[in-house]
Amino acid sequence: MKYVLLFVETEEFAADLDALGPAERERAYERVDEWFAEHADKIRGGAKLRPAETATTVRLDRGEPVIVDGPFVEGKEAVSGYTEIEVADLDEALRMVATWPACPVVEIRPLES
Amino acid sequence: MTDASHDRLARVIRQHAGRLAASLMHVTGGDFATAEDLVQDAVLAALRHWPAEGIPERPDAWLFTVARRRGLDALRREANYRTKLAQVRWPVQPGPDERLRLIFTCCHPALPRSARIALTLRVVCGLTTAQIARAFLTSEATVARRISRAKRKITDAGIPYRIPGDDQLAARLTEVLTVIYLLFNEGYLSTAGTARSRDLTEDAEWLAGLLHGLMPNEPEVAGLLTLIRLHRARAGGRFDPAGGLVLLEDQDRSRWDREAIADATRLLTGAARRRRPGPYQLQAAIVACHAEAERWQDTDWEQILLLYDMLLHLAPSPVTRLHRAIAVRYATGPREALAELDALAGELRDYHLYHATRAELLRRLGRPGEARAADRRALELTANPAEQALLRQRAGLGS
Repeated sequence: MKYVLLFVETEEFAADLDALGPAERERAYERVDEWFAEHADKIRGGAKLRPAETATTVRLDRGEPVIVDGPFVEGKEAVSGYTEIEVADLDEALRMVATWPACPVVEIRPLES
Repeated sequence: MTDASHDRLARVIRQHAGRLAASLMHVTGGDFATAEDLVQDAVLAALRHWPAEGIPERPDAWLFTVARRRGLDALRREANYRTKLAQVRWPVQPGPDERLRLIFTCCHPALPRSARIALTLRVVCGLTTAQIARAFLTSEATVARRISRAKRKITDAGIPYRIPGDDQLAARLTEVLTVIYLLFNEGYLSTAGTARSRDLTEDAEWLAGLLHGLMPNEPEVAGLLTLIRLHRARAGGRFDPAGGLVLLEDQDRSRWDREAIADATRLLTGAARRRRPGPYQLQAAIVACHAEAERWQDTDWEQILLLYDMLLHLAPSPVTRLHRAIAVRYATGPREALAELDALAGELRDYHLYHATRAELLRRLGRPGEARAADRRALELTANPAEQALLRQRAGLGS
């Protein structure tokens, strides 16, 4: 089955990351790279997103398109990246996510086949 | 139909529903939603036919034949299953693990808890949607919605039909035990006064027994089974003839089932030999301390305190600390117990037993005004009629 992992950052996580020294930050990025390398056979694509403040949202349910600055949900949590994976089932996806070394929330969403 | 034959009917269905579901899963190649529908159809047919015609000699074959016929009918468009289903002949022999897989699927943590309970009851125990609704005092539509959403999620989200791998098994077994424990609690807290049609504690015991048979080397499964059996063995003393709740201290212990208590305790001793203690084994050991005391005065409070300390070490929780405080009252004294309770004020502000316990201690310490206030607060916080009656009486509010 195919799933998309939506990586969700919290304000606290972003602040903690900012507070890291250069060497520690380098190490944190390495851990993420290691995770991707470890699961390379299951990963089909994905990307890190630019920060939520760069987002633009368009609402089409109000007559004319309404263009708004920011992500579609305002809040302390924001999607910061996504990865498409192909695994046997939800348990395998859960197993992968259990060792994710970065942002504190991950949503697992199945793709329509 | 008499109550006894009703019970027998329910038991026969429960005995076979899970096996039937497992067989159908086998046949449909793991199509959970379809297998589940067919089981439910077969159970409903049995409930229509058996009361008048009697329980057939081979209830499993009967259920399977009905499910198969329905399946061939319902799956007209899905040639694949149809062919498979048409080829199978009863008895299909599901492997010993099949029902276990079924249980793990029904109790998957990606499903909401209420759906896990409803699914388990329907698929593993063969309850109908209507029976589940009555047992949980909710509407049939609500239960039906919960189940169909859960089934959709199982299919769409790829929730597997298998026993979790070694790295996930422990956590997932805990989820299964939680479902059985919640089911037990739901039944245990319901009272003689409420019109529940089904003894959920019996279903919980049956499920725990099934799981214990399938996973005999898991001491926590044995622990939960013991816990349920010990509670059920003492059920005879919990209510007075009018359906009122009787406190442990005042229960007529001659109405406890001593033989069942001894059996359950032996089961626990066997589990303890594996030297893998866990919250259910410890809770069961605490209940065993009470169950084995001939009289209230004989209760071994020191031992109970020790068990609570171990339990808090493994599974810290404010409610467990509250129960420990009650043991402190008898092992040490009410003043010390009240001090422990006061430390929990923030976390348990909205928990009726916190206030009810506090009321008891305050009365003991000669502070009747505060005690009554605490009883009133407890009364506001519980919806359980038997507990309300008891508290009203204590707070001097009449009934």
